[in-house]
Amino acid sequence: MRVPVSWLAEFVAIPSDLNELVAALDDLGLVVEGVERVGDGLTDVRVAQVKEIYPIEGADRIRRVMVDAGGDPLQIVCGAMNFTVGNFVPLAPVGAVLPGDFAIAERKMKGVTSYGMLCSGKELGLDADHSGLLLLDHYPGVTPGTPLMSLLGLTADVVLEISPEGNRPDAWSVKGIARDLATRFNQVFSDDISTAALLSAPHSELGHIANPEVCGRLNVVALTGVVVTSSPAHIAQRLEMAGMRPVNNVVDASNYVMLERGQPTHPYDTQHVAGGQLGVRTARSGESLVTLDGVTRTLGSPGRGLGDTGIDCVIVDGSDTIIGLAGVMGGGSSEITAATTDVLLEVAFFDPMTIARTSKRIGLRSEASHRFERGVDVDDADAVAQRFIDILALSSPDIRIVGRSVSSGQLPVREPITLNEHHIENVLGTPIDLATAERLLTGIGFRVDHIGDELIVRAPASRLDVREGLAGRADVVEEIARLFSYRELPRRVPTWPQPGRLSTRQRDRRQLRSIAVGLGWLEAWTPSLVSESDFAITDPATTPIRITNPLVSDEALFRRSMMVGLARAWARNAERGHGDVALFEVGTVATHPAESAQPRRDRGGVGGVLELALPEEREILTAVLCRPGDSAETAVASWHVFSERLGLRETEFVKGDAPTGWHPTRFAEVRDTSTGALIARIGEVHPSVVNELVLQQFSGSRVGLLEVELDAVTDRDVVRRRDDHVDVPSRFPSASFDLALVTPVGVSRHELERRLATAHDLVESVTFFDVFRGSQLPPGTRSLTFTVRLSSHERTLTDADILDGRTALLAAAATVGASLR
Amino acid sequence: MSSLVDSLATLVASARAAVAASQSLAELEILSAELLGKKSVLATSQKSLASLTPEERKSAGASVHETRQILESLLADKRTALEGVALAAKLESEALDLGDVVVGSVRLPVQAGSPGIVALTQVALEDVFVGMGFEVADGPEIETDWYNFEALNIPPAHPARGMWDTFYVDLGEPETVLLRTHTSPTQIHLMREAVRNNSLPIHAVMPGRCFRRDTPDARHLAAFHQIEGLVVDEGITFADLAGVIENFTREYFGPDITSRLRPAYFPFTEPSAEFEITCTICRGDGCRTCSHTGWIELGGCGMVDPAVFAAVGIDAERYSGFAFGFGIDRCAQMRHQIADMRALTENDVRFLRRFS
Repeated sequence: MRVPVSWLAEFVAIPSDLNELVAALDDLGLVVEGVERVGDGLTDVRVAQVKEIYPIEGADRIRRVMVDAGGDPLQIVCGAMNFTVGNFVPLAPVGAVLPGDFAIAERKMKGVTSYGMLCSGKELGLDADHSGLLLLDHYPGVTPGTPLMSLLGLTADVVLEISPEGNRPDAWSVKGIARDLATRFNQVFSDDISTAALLSAPHSELGHIANPEVCGRLNVVALTGVVVTSSPAHIAQRLEMAGMRPVNNVVDASNYVMLERGQPTHPYDTQHVAGGQLGVRTARSGESLVTLDGVTRTLGSPGRGLGDTGIDCVIVDGSDTIIGLAGVMGGGSSEITAATTDVLLEVAFFDPMTIARTSKRIGLRSEASHRFERGVDVDDADAVAQRFIDILALSSPDIRIVGRSVSSGQLPVREPITLNEHHIENVLGTPIDLATAERLLTGIGFRVDHIGDELIVRAPASRLDVREGLAGRADVVEEIARLFSYRELPRRVPTWPQPGRLSTRQRDRRQLRSIAVGLGWLEAWTPSLVSESDFAITDPATTPIRITNPLVSDEALFRRSMMVGLARAWARNAERGHGDVALFEVGTVATHPAESAQPRRDRGGVGGVLELALPEEREILTAVLCRPGDSAETAVASWHVFSERLGLRETEFVKGDAPTGWHPTRFAEVRDTSTGALIARIGEVHPSVVNELVLQQFSGSRVGLLEVELDAVTDRDVVRRRDDHVDVPSRFPSASFDLALVTPVGVSRHELERRLATAHDLVESVTFFDVFRGSQLPPGTRSLTFTVRLSSHERTLTDADILDGRTALLAAAATVGASLR
Repeated sequence: MSSLVDSLATLVASARAAVAASQSLAELEILSAELLGKKSVLATSQKSLASLTPEERKSAGASVHETRQILESLLADKRTALEGVALAAKLESEALDLGDVVVGSVRLPVQAGSPGIVALTQVALEDVFVGMGFEVADGPEIETDWYNFEALNIPPAHPARGMWDTFYVDLGEPETVLLRTHTSPTQIHLMREAVRNNSLPIHAVMPGRCFRRDTPDARHLAAFHQIEGLVVDEGITFADLAGVIENFTREYFGPDITSRLRPAYFPFTEPSAEFEITCTICRGDGCRTCSHTGWIELGGCGMVDPAVFAAVGIDAERYSGFAFGFGIDRCAQMRHQIADMRALTENDVRFLRRFS
């Protein structure tokens, strides 16, 4: 909200130091986001009358002009051509500093000295016109030497751009902000509006409320003798400073009062309101209205928005025809025009949630709806109406009040809040005495009764944000703390007996990342929301999790895989010559609940009464290995490091079907041997995918691919880890020999290795170190070579021991059909 | 005329057989030349059109055109099929039993790896809070409206929902499933769980990815990371909140950086505050980054609103608590002086390597 300081000063004495004011506002939660000086640089500008104009020899774009600016004639060199002798124009004399720190000094042009500058509207910061001088002839009472600001009715001011707390209805008004300041500075808050004229007006049937649940109060005032014209300069200037465009004196008065007091009002042209009466009711389904912006709005039916009741509050005329969308925007039919002479002024309290729902559904947020949906001050209605009349009377002095009416509906009712010193101390951690609390609350309009050691607090109608009960008590304590100043409150570092810690899962996540970094990989951050086409690369036959309202169509589906995102990140780097890289990401992927046998279920919907099936989220580490020489083999070797560092007890490679987007014949799943739990996938990006994503020069590259399931890794029940027991190696010499075993292709290396490792007590280790395939071997077999190391904790091995071990090893191999080559 | 039509029909029949019989892409290319080339039956038929009457030419021309289309599509389908066969054969020829890979003989390149800047920052923040006695909790990225909003005292259609531009997920009733707009729903999960297990108090921080339907710019990303803290215990006050914020600020940003609170509004806390810290660029002297105030805004905090306790079933007369939250990305941005946040998602390896 843009607030001129001079406006605040009408309610409260403002400190002369602007910084002090800004700091106080910030500390009150009325954050000042900008400070703008208005009229700065115009104070020295005066009205000058053009007396003589001469050409300058050798120059056709500038002229010598003699002007009268209220003293001796002045010589000015001027490049504008839009004036003639007798015109009144603005003069910035030598020494003036125009907006934008533009200092005026004596200047010599073509040998002629200029003692000042005649100005355009743009040079003065008044408008955007730079085509010629700002001509002032039409201003009444224009005389040479008059200060420009007094001629234009401008006063120098400072405009504060204030961002109030979103919930506070009162802070969206000059009055509300001023009241906070008065309380903070312990100054008098003066708000004296004499409503005698209004209250003495006769009661007449001007309004009625058909649906009391949507309208708590409807005040209508009938005015006559209205002359529609432009507003006085200082009113127009205030509106402009506050960011609103002046329209005419009636609309301006309405806007002025809204900015000042926070209550939107609506003036109707009485002659275009059938029966000269206003009514409030809910719209019937299918009714419509053309709002002031020319758009037809269909009313009375709920939209798709959650919690939308479809109830719209409308203003109707005496024949029940809708003429306005209450609290949001009026209709065009009864708009104030130059011909208007009679005005019906509506000052109402509408149900905040009704306004909020309507404004959200039709996507129309106005200054009025913004205030109504927070709750306006119903107790201020008469002052608001009177203020409107007073402001309008400045430019339309013959207006008369011909009637008024007050209709009542349902207003919010709140129980008072009880508060004692303990309540305050329990929240703030410091005692604030009740007398101080009382002073602060009373200052901002709360009604406080101090009874014994308790305060009975009633929030004013301007503070509908203050609730009842425990929540209300918290609201009141916040007000006390805010006005007292948060910065004055003490700090304490709490302690508790429970130690801080990471969960197993979080430690495992960190370990996965640290292993990846140790392997020389770089961690990327790729989008969680992906395009249809990228999604289809890895998950064509699955149901995607679709975003209803994506920002761009390329980010419409929640990812189910990170492979394409990482491959794209690589491709972009490769195109810039930085493709020698392995990228990884630890992140969340999700599957549609329709694909889970038992999807996650949790409460949702209005009141949380629905049980919703939700996507299953998994956290995984995915890596793409894109360096020269990378392939499924480097992915396997990398996995080996993961497996060892994680201390996985016993895993095996299972061929399985490669997921879409993976190379179909260079793929394996890693599973826990005993539980069968899937821990990781290893392989390569499918060559077609590589070709699709990267530039020609990189097509044909092998891209190693690894995916590790954090959820599996961290679940010690399904993925077993080595226990803490450590076998200390034997101090006796060990014997080692190689075994090359012709093994059927159907028998996995893991399986054979496991048999060998458990073949005999003396086996210390079995290390796989070579594979050989060739026509020399029987069909359907390959030769696997292991180094076997035998040792004993009790003695040096004898030849007999070694032979015994070897025999056992070969026997174990034979159980899976493997034999010595 | 009718003989032309007949011969075209014969041509299609024989072409169909020939295409079906072709075994390789090379064979198919030869066949393609025979069927569609300059000396093909089709080409000859095309030429013969010139000798027909305009009437005849019209219908015969259509037949020729149709035949060409049939042949082209036959060839294209077969080409796709043969390419698929060729690719499958190639992939089959490359087959590798990963179990047979000899790890000891694979040479991995030596490079310095690096965690992502967000992860690095998150870990550093977690460590500070763990040191201060907090546990770390995770929560889902896809939430229901109840967890993300209503339980946090933001009822449906309430104007406060406008504070968060939300991505909704096409599941259930409209606007009931969404991408979490903040980490606060994790608070609700934690409190409900604590009530269920009778395991209060709670002292936890909750880091994670969040989403807002905001067009990315230098200071905002549509996806971002937040860390949130929640303490629910007996006798917890605003003074404890301010103390924790101050302790964290000095611990993470350094001893010459301090914090201050100013009033703010969040539906889920009351009293609420925004917390600012000494500008890390100018150390409080005032500069462009802090708009010459010496302070920069870091996050929001406050005492847990009684309405939130009511939603999760915690006795607000017995327990009180505070919550705070701020951007992990923003901390990273400030600490590493990254002018444009979008660098975080561009994944330029020259940038990624800086955090080794």
